[in-house]
Amino acid sequence: MSTIGNRLAKIDSWDKVIGAAKYADDMRLPRMLHARILRSTMPHARIVSIDTHDAEQLPGVVAVITGRDVPIEYGILPSSQDEEALCVDKVRFVGDPVAAVAALDVETAERALELIHVEYEPLTPVMSIPEALDETRDALHSAAHADHHNIHKMVALEFGDLDAGFAEADYILEENYFYQGNTHLALEEHAALASFSPDGHLTLWSSTQTPHYVHRALAKTLELPASRIRVVAAAIGGGFGGKTDPFSHEIVACKLAMLTGRPVKINLTREEVFYCHRGRHPVLMWVKMGVRNDGEPTALHFRTILDGGAYGSYGVASTYYTGALQTVTYKIPAYKFEGMRLFTNKPPCGPKRGHGTPQPRFALEIHLDKIARHLNLDPAAYRKRFIVDDNTKTVNHLTITTCGLSECIDQVVAASGFGNKARETNHERSQSKIENRKSKIKTGLGLACGSYLSGAGLPIYWNQMPHSGVIVKVDRGGGVAVFCGSTDIGQGSTSLLAYIAAEEFGIDVRDVRVITADTDLTPVDLGSYSSRVTVMTGNACIQAVRPLKQKILDAAAEKLLVPAESLSFKDGEIICEDDDARRLKWVDAVVLAEAKFGTLSGTGSYKPPKRAGPYKGSGVGITPSYSYAACVAQVSVDTETGEVKVEKIWLAHDGGRALNPILVEGQVEGSVYMGVGEALMEEMTYRGGLHKAPSLLDYKSLTMRDMPSVETFLVETNDPEGPFGAKEAGQGPLLPVPPAIANAIYDAIGVRIDETPITPDKILKALEEKDKGRAPRVGPKNFPNAPYPEPIHVEPPEDAPRLEKKKG
Amino acid sequence: MLRLPPFTYHVPRSIDDAVNLYAQYGADAMFVAGGTDLYPNMKRRQFEPKVLIGLNALTELRGITNDNGITLRAGTSLAQISAHPILQSQYAALAIAAQLVSTPQLRAMGTLGGNLCLDTRCNYYDQEFWWRKALGFCMKKDGEICMVAPGSPRCWAVSSTDCAPVVIALDGRVRLVSPRGERVIAATDLYRDDGIEYLGKARDELLTEIILPPADGVKSVYLKLRRRDSFDFPILGVAAALRFAPNGEIETARLVLGGVGSRPLECIESARLMIGQKLSRDVIDAAAEAAWKPARPLDNTDSTHGYRKKMARVYVTRALETLAE
Amino acid sequence: MMKQVLHLRVNGQTHELYIEPHKTLLEALREDLDLTGTKHGCELGECGACTVLVDGTPILACLALPIELQGREITTVEGMAHGAELHPLQRSFAELNAAQCGYCTAGMMLSAKALLDHEKNPTREQIRDALAGNLCRCTGYEKILDAVERVASEQSTVESK
Repeated sequence: MSTIGNRLAKIDSWDKVIGAAKYADDMRLPRMLHARILRSTMPHARIVSIDTHDAEQLPGVVAVITGRDVPIEYGILPSSQDEEALCVDKVRFVGDPVAAVAALDVETAERALELIHVEYEPLTPVMSIPEALDETRDALHSAAHADHHNIHKMVALEFGDLDAGFAEADYILEENYFYQGNTHLALEEHAALASFSPDGHLTLWSSTQTPHYVHRALAKTLELPASRIRVVAAAIGGGFGGKTDPFSHEIVACKLAMLTGRPVKINLTREEVFYCHRGRHPVLMWVKMGVRNDGEPTALHFRTILDGGAYGSYGVASTYYTGALQTVTYKIPAYKFEGMRLFTNKPPCGPKRGHGTPQPRFALEIHLDKIARHLNLDPAAYRKRFIVDDNTKTVNHLTITTCGLSECIDQVVAASGFGNKARETNHERSQSKIENRKSKIKTGLGLACGSYLSGAGLPIYWNQMPHSGVIVKVDRGGGVAVFCGSTDIGQGSTSLLAYIAAEEFGIDVRDVRVITADTDLTPVDLGSYSSRVTVMTGNACIQAVRPLKQKILDAAAEKLLVPAESLSFKDGEIICEDDDARRLKWVDAVVLAEAKFGTLSGTGSYKPPKRAGPYKGSGVGITPSYSYAACVAQVSVDTETGEVKVEKIWLAHDGGRALNPILVEGQVEGSVYMGVGEALMEEMTYRGGLHKAPSLLDYKSLTMRDMPSVETFLVETNDPEGPFGAKEAGQGPLLPVPPAIANAIYDAIGVRIDETPITPDKILKALEEKDKGRAPRVGPKNFPNAPYPEPIHVEPPEDAPRLEKKKG
Repeated sequence: MLRLPPFTYHVPRSIDDAVNLYAQYGADAMFVAGGTDLYPNMKRRQFEPKVLIGLNALTELRGITNDNGITLRAGTSLAQISAHPILQSQYAALAIAAQLVSTPQLRAMGTLGGNLCLDTRCNYYDQEFWWRKALGFCMKKDGEICMVAPGSPRCWAVSSTDCAPVVIALDGRVRLVSPRGERVIAATDLYRDDGIEYLGKARDELLTEIILPPADGVKSVYLKLRRRDSFDFPILGVAAALRFAPNGEIETARLVLGGVGSRPLECIESARLMIGQKLSRDVIDAAAEAAWKPARPLDNTDSTHGYRKKMARVYVTRALETLAE
Repeated sequence: MMKQVLHLRVNGQTHELYIEPHKTLLEALREDLDLTGTKHGCELGECGACTVLVDGTPILACLALPIELQGREITTVEGMAHGAELHPLQRSFAELNAAQCGYCTAGMMLSAKALLDHEKNPTREQIRDALAGNLCRCTGYEKILDAVERVASEQSTVESK
């Protein structure tokens, strides 16, 4: 192929490297006002009164609004319409928006905030899982928005015969795990610019991954017809799931623009970005797994409790995600999942790279490592024996298409020497004259696997329409324009459309223009989340170009006096396979086609295959295809200081066909980086009812000097669901990294850290426990008595893994 | 975007001019050199001086002269300090410490004097105005109570300078200039054990020089504990300087810990134990034990205070082992 | 507070600004000179996104004051190219996918440029050290290091001819 599969620069990189790409805060409009938001200083309180009089009087202030001005509730999920752009009656976390000011300059707006007087009546703060389960504490939401008190959502599902499965087990292991909450920390702080025209057209430019969902929320909260609202995604300085909700500041900027008749710019400080959050849920987990002596899984029982923060966000989906994908890697014949999301007075959690699946994957892969060690099995070989087969279903009705996990494992094992080095001790590593010190450093290797969806199988709101639409226009000058609602968050989704068009038409990528993420100009694409973009926009693009190709070939055939079937697109020409002499330049063929058929355009749309199972909640977890990844981590642990250094990561990723390997590698490396960070240092912590330290200095993310080297392997299965066989790459590679690191630490020093982040003090604690002859482990000791409902029993599908009864 | 509060900015033509300007504006004024500590603090409204007296343009405050010891002018950048060949070879701990401060950009902008006068830090304090309002203001800024030690009558913000423990360990002195004249004090006297009044100089005294005695065979090292390998302040710093006699016995010793209190903590007992001894395993262990005991970090920085205290012993051991090689 | 007339040399051109002294270089570049290529991630010196060069040395624009920088040569990302010809770093960052979302890119490239202007053949470790004050959330740093290495080796190949 001429374009697909080649290592090409992204088409929008050039603007980025010259500083010309326009991010939301780079945008200006004449007479622009600046807005700032006043936020709650209480974790949980009723708003008794808000007095904006003094703020309104401050010279330079043009408008002040409160919840009364934008009271209509919204939220990303139809089932969680529990947010207000500015709180009306209650504030639910320190940072919850309460009022907003538009002024001539930022400093005036900032000063005005200090002149807004809010009277609060405190309520009992709910700051943890136990506190959220405690019904004596005040409820954050009314019964309309919660299952029960501060329990937002409860799920219980059982597939197959769990009891029979455990009865067949030769070995059963139960353990608790905890995965700490962390945040996206995109380098660009959220920003938006709103403008309202005299004839009632509203435009919002915003740093968002999901302009379509923002569009819907604006229509609802501002009571404007969607047909009069335009949302344009600016260039985005990082998303990772943190810019996929409609946000207060977007609605507020629009409202202020509507009230003042002037454009309004708002940009958030870094601290405010921590309050937007929508990041990784802290999840407490309990895992019970039964296996036979050869490791064959017989039953899996998984419980999760999510600390959701103050609002729903994507949380209902997140809850299901903490239970959905346990079955897509290894054959599990019986599975029970109980999940629960709780409300707490903290910034709301939502989707962060991996969305609810890294947490259970962490637990599962460590659990398997423990089982492997107990049964004296090699962790790699063990997993390989029970990998799911291509074209089968799981007990929870998920459809596997291609699965390249076995090869992924082979690649990382071969490259790292895992299995050979795993039990090596470390005396050779010393170079210092002081022997004592160097023998304190132990190294180890750990292996883990993971899997992720190539796009959610269902849209966020129930409808039968396409998830992605593409319009292609071919111009008589030879240029091609591709229009799609997708948002490029750095992963290269815009470029992908150009690559596909260039490949299909046999032309140079530079002759393709891509217009994206503008609700006026581009057909709906649901947005850059759940790794949907390559598969869904790619397929829609191919569908859009095919009829255009036919028209051009038909017109060329007429001219060249050969059948259209004998013609093809190659290197900027239409060529005939039978006769070399009969050829046309691309531009000439286009002119002929436009003359013959009129203005040339094609439309494509994509809807994922219907895969939902026969149970409520089966919509979460389904997807056109799953990616697979295997990771080996090499760590060195300083047993005196507890410091863990990740020396190297080998990661093999089955993302189907790599449409541009350099972009896929970029996603792998970025995912690995985030996985290492989450494993070692990233955490959202709270103290005294508010975020402990909302800054880039205090929230620890890996610097250049902390990042290990990464060796990436692309395993290219050819998936029938994806454009040119592609699957996802943006999230899957993160999943195996934290558990691989935890398993490597066990290999190095024989202790288990069953929680994240794995910090030096926990290592020392675990070593201390080991020295005292106690369980060499740090992790949650208990799992609360959570009131899960009775599970819905679901019969597994025909071709799901089944358990052969061998016992009694 | 966080912005600075308004101020007027004065550019003095000489050290005397700077000092007189300060006297003129008094409590409304602050000196500023690189600004890498003060400007973030000002953006967070921890300080709101109406007048800044900028020292960056003063050539009198820059440079290193090698003359019976070494004199470092306070406005010399940390990047220059870490790159200076004589510091690297004879006063190694200082070059190391300067190199370990934050990031390349901030080392180019930040000065040795600025690092020595670094504001004490605390994670109940180093956040923006609205956050501090939500938490409740603390004793160091706008409030009454020390958040990390609520029953305490004093503030416990932490000395977070990398260079101060080293300058003390190297028997450094500092020159202070004010309208009342000049004085030279031992570096250790530049610091006070209080999170708010942490400097032993008057506000109107300008730190102009850091004077180190002739190295005279002193071997020194600085170790820094922090979560990441860049950006982060020390949550423990160990500065050690020893002179060995030809027979291996220790003639002079100074050991100073940073990041464990409101001022650099000198381990007098550890030093005493080492004098006249060879640096054997036993001596190292005894010195580390004596250093670890008085260190009392609190829970107001990254990591846990228990961990940082434990690391005091480990890091002192490692610092001494390095010097023994 | 009173505005003042200041003169800043940015990317080889002298600009007259009329701004208050408390305006940082970051704000002046973006708001008064319309040079929005310099980005901001924290404004507190904790991320490196606003890195620019002053007389060839990387500094953080969010903590620098124009009033102190008169007479100095300031280089922003907009000044890296030579007319229409991209700086080799710009080309390698684009071609090697070292710019994903692109937000850290200006700061990264300028820190790298300063290194390569002083160090002919830096090792990967030295490149890491030079860029240790620039955070990136997208790339995991690998391809940024690759891109700088490529320019370094191109540079030393040219030198040795």
